[in-house]
Amino acid sequence: MPDTADPIPAAVAALVPRLREICGEDGVLTDASRRRVYDSDGITHHREVPGVVVLPTTAEQVAAVVGLCAETGVPFVPRGAGTGLSGGALPHPEGVLLTTSRMRRIVEVDPDNECAVVEPGVTNLDVSRAAAPYGYYYAPDPSSQQVCSVGGNVAENSGGAHCLKYGFTVNHVRGLDVVTPDGALVRLGGKASEAPGHDLIGAFIGSEGTLGVATRITVGLTRLPERTVTLLAAFTSMDAGGRAVGDIIAAGVLPSAIEMMDALAIEAAEAAVACDYPAGAAAVLIVELDGPAAEVEAELAEVTRLCAAAGSFETRTAADADERARIWKGRKSAFAAVGRISPSYIVQDGVVPRTALSEVLRRITELSEESGIRVANVFHAGDGNLHPLVLFDDAEPGAGERAEEVSGAILDLCVEHGGSITGEHGVGVDKACKMPRMYSPDDLATFDLFRRALDPEGIANPYKLLPTPRLCGERPGVRTGVHPLVESGRAEQF
Amino acid sequence: MTRQGIEGVRPGGPEDAVCGVVPARAARPRDVDGLAGLLAEAARNGWSVAVRGGGTALDWGGRPASADLLVDTGGLVRIDHDAGDLVVEVGAGTPVAELSAVLAKAGQRLSVDPVRAGGTVGGLLATGLSGPRRLLTGALRDLVIGMTVVRPDGVMARSGGRVVKNVAGYDLAKLHVGGYGTLGVIASAAFRLHPLPPALRLLELPLPSLAHAERRLTVLRASHAVPAAVELDWPVEGRSRLRVVLEGTPEGVDSRAAGLLESLAPGLPAEEVRVADRLPDDWGLLPAEGTLIRLSVPPAEAAAAAARAAELGGAVDTDVRTTGSARAGTLVTAVPPGASVAAVTVLLEGLRSHSGWTATVVRAEEHLHAAGIDLWGEVPGLAVMRAVKDAMDPGHRMAPGRFVTGAPHTPREE
Ligand SMILES: Cc1cc2nc3c(=O)[nH]c(=O)nc-3n(C[C@@H](O)[C@H](O)[C@H](O)COP(=O)(O)OP(=O)(O)OC[C@H]3O[C@@H](n4cnc5c(N)ncnc54)[C@H](O)[C@@H]3O)c2cc1C
Ligand SMILES: Cc1cc2nc3c(=O)[nH]c(=O)nc-3n(C[C@H](O)[C@H](O)[C@H](O)COP(=O)(O)OP(=O)(O)OC[C@H]3O[C@@H](n4cnc5c(N)ncnc54)[C@H](O)[C@@H]3O)c2cc1C
Repeated sequence: MPDTADPIPAAVAALVPRLREICGEDGVLTDASRRRVYDSDGITHHREVPGVVVLPTTAEQVAAVVGLCAETGVPFVPRGAGTGLSGGALPHPEGVLLTTSRMRRIVEVDPDNECAVVEPGVTNLDVSRAAAPYGYYYAPDPSSQQVCSVGGNVAENSGGAHCLKYGFTVNHVRGLDVVTPDGALVRLGGKASEAPGHDLIGAFIGSEGTLGVATRITVGLTRLPERTVTLLAAFTSMDAGGRAVGDIIAAGVLPSAIEMMDALAIEAAEAAVACDYPAGAAAVLIVELDGPAAEVEAELAEVTRLCAAAGSFETRTAADADERARIWKGRKSAFAAVGRISPSYIVQDGVVPRTALSEVLRRITELSEESGIRVANVFHAGDGNLHPLVLFDDAEPGAGERAEEVSGAILDLCVEHGGSITGEHGVGVDKACKMPRMYSPDDLATFDLFRRALDPEGIANPYKLLPTPRLCGERPGVRTGVHPLVESGRAEQF
Repeated sequence: MTRQGIEGVRPGGPEDAVCGVVPARAARPRDVDGLAGLLAEAARNGWSVAVRGGGTALDWGGRPASADLLVDTGGLVRIDHDAGDLVVEVGAGTPVAELSAVLAKAGQRLSVDPVRAGGTVGGLLATGLSGPRRLLTGALRDLVIGMTVVRPDGVMARSGGRVVKNVAGYDLAKLHVGGYGTLGVIASAAFRLHPLPPALRLLELPLPSLAHAERRLTVLRASHAVPAAVELDWPVEGRSRLRVVLEGTPEGVDSRAAGLLESLAPGLPAEEVRVADRLPDDWGLLPAEGTLIRLSVPPAEAAAAAARAAELGGAVDTDVRTTGSARAGTLVTAVPPGASVAAVTVLLEGLRSHSGWTATVVRAEEHLHAAGIDLWGEVPGLAVMRAVKDAMDPGHRMAPGRFVTGAPHTPREE
C-alpha cells in the first residue's frame, strides 16, 4: 500500500527532478518512510519530516543544491551525523535536508604541516585514527566522537572533556571550504593559518548551519603527549571538591581535564557499572594531566598535594591506559546510568564562572529540595560547564513541568552569575527562545545583521539559533531513558 | 535633538593626523555611552570615522580615504579582573602595558607577546597580529572570549561573554580582531588569561643554511618538548637563528631543554648555543620604521619562505629581515625604510607567486602608498567580507580605504 502520510510539499516536489540531476537517483530520498529516518537529531522530542533528503558526494553537488534552493527560495538544513543535542539539524518540513554522510573522505593527512584535510562527513574519531600512525591526534574530542561529523563539530564549535587545555573546534581549524546560502563555493584559509582579511573561518565556526555548508575542512593536528596521568580524588563534600578545583587552577596548573561528580551521580554510576569509587564520597574529582613527562610529574605532585589540602580522603593515580579507563569508567557512564535510575530526565548544558561553582551548586540543591525534583550533577568543573541531570517520572502528573521549571531555573542561575546558556550543545531550536536571557535585543539584532549579510532570504537553517516567536513556548529537551547512541555503545554521554 | 553624544568634539589638528590625513574633528568619549552617542551623531551626519588608541600602529593598513571624525579611545580605560576565573574584561583604551602590570601582580598574563610601548588593548585587537609565543595558548583571537562593540550606527552590541566555554550565538569578535576598526569601534573585550609560568628557557642556535633549518624544524616537530615559541630570525646578510622558548615548571623546563639540545644540535660547539632563563627585551618587537609584510604559509614551508624573502631582498639589494613563528607559519618580513617601489614589488610578487602563501603589507611607507602598491594580494572570501561590511557599515563610513573591504584599488579575489 502506498505511503500517503507526509507528502512532499509542492515547492519541494518541483525541485526533485533537478536534485536528481545533481545528486543522482540514489542521492535523493523522496520516499516518506526513508525521509522519516531523518526526522530528528539527538533530541528526539523535536520532530519534523524533511520535504526531501539529499545525499551529495561532492562540494560541487552541495553548491548546486544550495544554489537551487537560493533560486527557488526553498529552505535547506545541513545535517552531519545527527547527534546534535539542540535540534540544530531538525529538518524543515518544506525544505531540503542536506546530509553529508556520503562525504566521508579523509583527503590527506599531512604530518609535515601538522594538519589533515577532510570532508565534512568524516567522523571526529576517524581524524585521530588517521593521524595516530604519525604520532598525532585531533584534539577536540566531543564524547560523541565515534559518530559525530567534523562538519557538525564545525557548526557547533564542539569541545570535549579536554577542551579546558586544548580549546574547541575553532582553535583547531585552519581552512574551510563553505557553500554560502547563495550557492557560491568559497575557500577560506588552508594549511596556512591567518589568511588576510576578516577571520571568516572563526565567525563561521559555531554558526550552527545558518551561514551555509562546510564542504571541506583543514584541521590542525596535535602531537600525542609524551605522558598522561589521571588522578581520582574523593571528598566528603562538594564544597571541598570545588575548593580543590579552584586551588589547582590558582596554582597555575592547567590540567587537560577536571571532571566532577556529586553523590547522586556517583550512586547511579556505581549501580550501573560498579566503578568502585571510594565509599562515602560526596564528590569525586577526576583530574587528567598530559604533556612532557617532566612537567606532568611535577604537576601531579602539586595536584595530589592540593587535593589533600582541600580535604580529599582518598586519591588514586592511574598511569597506564587500562588504569585510566577504570577511573574514567564511572564518569563516562554517568549519563547512561542516570537514565537507568530515572524514567525521564533533562540534560541541561550551562556555564558558570568557575568561582561561582560552589554557590550555584548549592542553589541547585535548594531548587531540588523545594521542588522535590532530583538533580544529579556531573560536569566539566575546570571550565564551569555544568550538565545537571534533572530527573523525574513522566508518569507522575505535573512532574515533567516541574522538572522543566527546575531546568530553566538552573539556566537562569548560570546567566545571573555571568555565565552562558550553552557551553557545548549549542542553541539550535532548543534554546533559541532562551537567547534573550543572555543577550539584549541590540545584541540579537546584530547577530541577525551578520546572518542576513550571508543569507538575505533566510533559507539557511531557518528558525535556529536566534529567537523566533513560532518556537518560543515549546518544550525543552526532555529525554526518556538512555540515549540510543549511548545504549548501542557508539557514543558516550559526557 | 540630544547633543549629549557630541560633547567634547573639537576641531582636528595636525597632531590628530592619520597617515597624513588630518581629521575634521576629534573627540575622546569618557565612557561607552559617550562612544555610542558620538557614533550615533557621526551616523546622523554621515561622517567618516577613524579610531585612535595609542597611535602606535596608525600607519598600518591602507591610507584613509577620509576622516571626518577621529575617535580617541583614551577615555575607555577599565580593568575588571576576575583572578580566580582567569578572566579579565578590559576597556579598549587601556594601555596594554597597564593591563600586563595588573595581571602580573596576580601571577597571570594575557598570553600575547610584548607589544610596543604605548599600544592599547583596542589597537592590539584591531591590528590583530600574534607574536611567536602563540603555540601553547593560541593566537590573539583565541584568547578573546567576549567583546562589546559600538556599531557604526551607534548601537552597542555584545557577543560572547565572560566565561571560557560559551557557544551561544555567533562569535562576532572574530570579525573585529584584525579588522582595523572597519566594522565598528571596539569598546571592551573579555579575555581568557593564563598563569605566569614559573620558569622559562630560551634556546638559541644558529641556522647556517636552509637545509639546517629544515632539519631542525623536523626534529622539533618530532619532539615532545611542547615549545611555547619556535621563532625564526632570517636576515639577508649575516647568520640566521632559531629561538625556542620552553615554559613550565623549573624541573620541567630544564629537562626539556637538555633533551631538546641533544636532539637539535648534536655536535654543535657549546659556544654556538645560547641558553637563557628570560626573554630579551626586544622579544617579538618589529622595527618601528619601514615597511612590514605579513607572511602566512604552510608551517613546513616557513623556513623556505624566510629564505625566499632573503633571496628576493638580496636580488634587489634590500636588507630585509624575516622573523616570526615557524611552527605556525606566520612571519613578518621587515623592509628597511626607503626601499624602492620596485624592490617592494619584486618582494611581494616573488612571495605571492608561491601557491598557498599570502603576503599582506601591514605597514607601508608613504611613497609606496603613493605608488598604489597592492597591499593585499589575493584575498579568498573577499565577496563574503564585502557582504559583511555592507551589512554592518552600509555607508562605508568606518575607516574608509584602510582595510581590504574598502581598498581603493580592488584587490583580486581568488
Ligand atoms: C614596532 C611594533 C612592534 C609590534 N610588536 C607586536 C608584537 O610583538 N605582538 C603583537 O601582538 N603586536 C605587536 N605590534 C602591534 C601592536 O603593538 C599595535 O601596534 C598596538 O597594539 C596598537 O595599539 P594602539 O593603541 O597604538 O593602536 P593605534 O595605532 O591607535 O590603532 C591601530 C589601528 O587599530 C584601530 N583601532 C584602535 N583602537 C580601536 C578600537 N577601540 N576599535 C576599533 N579599531 C581600533 C585604529 O583605527 C588603527 O587602524 C607591534 C607594533 C609595532 C608598531
Ligand atoms: C551522546 C552524545 C554526547 C555528546 N557529547 C558532546 C560533547 O562532549 N561535546 C560537544 O560539544 N557535543 C557533544 N554532543 C553533541 C553533538 O555530538 C555535537 O554537537 C556534534 O558536533 C554534532 O555533530 P553531528 O555531525 O552529529 O551534527 P548534526 O547533529 O547533524 O548537526 C548539528 C548542527 O550542525 C549543522 N551542520 C552539520 N553539518 C554541517 C556542515 N557540514 N556544514 C554546516 N552546518 C552543518 C546542522 O545544521 C546542525 O545545526 C553529544 C551528543 C550526543 C548524542
